Amino acid sequence: MDRNMRDKKLLEIKDLRVSFFTPVGEVKAVGGISYDLNYGEVMGIVGESGSGKSVEAYSIMGLLQSPGKVVGGSVTFDGEDVLAKTSKEMQDFRGNSVSMIFQNPMTCLNPVYTIGNQLIEAVRCHKKVTKDEAKAKAIEMLDLVGINNPERRMSQYPHEFSGGMRQRVMIAMGLICDPKMLIADEPTTALDVTIQAQIIELMKDIQQKTQMAIVFITHNLGVVAEICDRVSVMYAGKIVEQGSVEDIFYRPQHPYTLGLLRSMPRVDAEEYERLIPIEGTPVDMLNPPAGCPFGPRCEHCMKICLRVEPPSIKVAEGHTSACWLLVDEAKQKEVTPNE
Amino acid sequence: MNRELIRVEDLRKYFSIKMGFMKYNYVQAVEDANFSIRQGETLGLVGESGCGKTTLGRAILRLHEPTSGKIFYDGKDITHVKMLPYRRKMQIIFQDPSASLDPRMTVGEIVGEAIDIHKLADSKKGRTERIQQLLTQVGLNSEHSNRYPHEFSGGQQQRIGIARALAVEPEFIVCDEPVSALDVSIQSQIVNMLEDMQQDLGLTYLFIAHDLSVVRHISNRIGVMYLGNMVELAESNELHKNPLHPYTKTLLSAVPVPDPKKSRARHRIILEGDIPSPMNPPSGCRFHTRCPYAIPRCKEEVPEWREMAPDHFAACHII
Repeated sequence: MDRNMRDKKLLEIKDLRVSFFTPVGEVKAVGGISYDLNYGEVMGIVGESGSGKSVEAYSIMGLLQSPGKVVGGSVTFDGEDVLAKTSKEMQDFRGNSVSMIFQNPMTCLNPVYTIGNQLIEAVRCHKKVTKDEAKAKAIEMLDLVGINNPERRMSQYPHEFSGGMRQRVMIAMGLICDPKMLIADEPTTALDVTIQAQIIELMKDIQQKTQMAIVFITHNLGVVAEICDRVSVMYAGKIVEQGSVEDIFYRPQHPYTLGLLRSMPRVDAEEYERLIPIEGTPVDMLNPPAGCPFGPRCEHCMKICLRVEPPSIKVAEGHTSACWLLVDEAKQKEVTPNE
Repeated sequence: MNRELIRVEDLRKYFSIKMGFMKYNYVQAVEDANFSIRQGETLGLVGESGCGKTTLGRAILRLHEPTSGKIFYDGKDITHVKMLPYRRKMQIIFQDPSASLDPRMTVGEIVGEAIDIHKLADSKKGRTERIQQLLTQVGLNSEHSNRYPHEFSGGQQQRIGIARALAVEPEFIVCDEPVSALDVSIQSQIVNMLEDMQQDLGLTYLFIAHDLSVVRHISNRIGVMYLGNMVELAESNELHKNPLHPYTKTLLSAVPVPDPKKSRARHRIILEGDIPSPMNPPSGCRFHTRCPYAIPRCKEEVPEWREMAPDHFAACHII
């Protein structure tokens, strides 16, 4: 792929809203997020459990299940409106244009079919090829993801593979139809550190070879630093900060991002430093607070934060943060802290 | 230097698995562990899943009966004694807070149960006061004692688990992955609380985790385990600045660092392959199948557990 393509937009999400209609009330899992992704770019989506990062990915893929529903916004992929597609069109879209890999490969692979069978099925669902061509493609992909002896492994069942190997198979399956974008939902979370390092190296390697765009969903900031070009930090269904990896790690503007970075113990620390935790508990999504969702836990909380939701403010080129602290008038008017 | 509180000698734990009629196979979960924990310190145990760190922690408390070897508590051999008096001194905090709390008991009952068993309260009023004091100590409200575990978030449930462990005023606590199941922002709250409690109550911890950054942060000394064997044991800073065993080096280089420039610039040792099965571990040094520096001797001889530098132990032929 040539250089110019990297400046072209592949995915554009505008004000996406997803709600779950539960018996006890509406849960706004994703409350209006916007971002875009260029060809060949790796976007990291970071957030804690319940921040809506997976729900957002599921809605791009059209995999949202009842009672979840997209209630607003738009998703444009390569010029096409994804949300308007029929379920038949979506079937074609998934796998061919975008594919997804999940946290736990064992729940995604069918235990009663061989790996080869499942890979061949994935190709033949999307492309008009003969069985032999599909088989050749499957072996080629297994080889690409670093599985030794792919011909023999093709006739094995998922339980004969280790956790790291299964994740490799998942990646092979995701890439088998040459998608333009891959959504990776916590692909390394269930793995041990040394295996996690293997998979990250593999994904970096494949990304460089194929120049595919990746949306990398994780809660591990270390993994993000390793692989992503840009990062969106999510909290309670909103993107609170977005920027390049350097922006996020070296010039964080949102108190939540800063809090996350400060609360993590680091293996490369020179000497012992006490951790600075983010106080309080995660947001109850059934009764989210008014104003800024992070307000009640924020050490810089002002009066306005508890009333009005902060707009997304441009800090620098490509770096935005949704925080009232960045608005001078808001700061001058109310210096009163929380309570 | 403080006195030794726990000493483990040649501790071994095998689990038998029935393979057919009268046929058994053994999972060699912990193989010849030798170490001690000093009063007031935190000993960290790291390793990948299946390396036997949890089994070792539980075997010290005799929640698993050791297959062979000896455990000493404060100089006394506790390998074959009745544990009830020692349960007051040795407690455990589990990984999954929701699974380790009985859903049908209120928080007060959960915390109070230990007080009743060891008859630590002389009156009903004293018992209630003690429960409330424990809950406040771990950062919960004293009114929370009438609620059920499901009404709490993961971080709060872990606090209840900690209050339960503290109820008997223990001296030694095994913390078995106490923060792994929690969100990043909550992890640091619990880590800080564990540190404060250690300061205030003079506790001794065995801190088991797979996350090296957390272990590095909280531990005075760290033991690294691989496939049932302890491969290296050293003071925390020493282990990070001067790792000797090839596996420790790999593990350290594999931990993702939240710093894009550093993490992209550094050299990573990527191990080939997966962890072998503990049912059929490799001969000699168990790490030799994946070790980038393996020599023929590693395949044949089990490396000896040696003191390589003052207070820095490792088991490897090539050091």
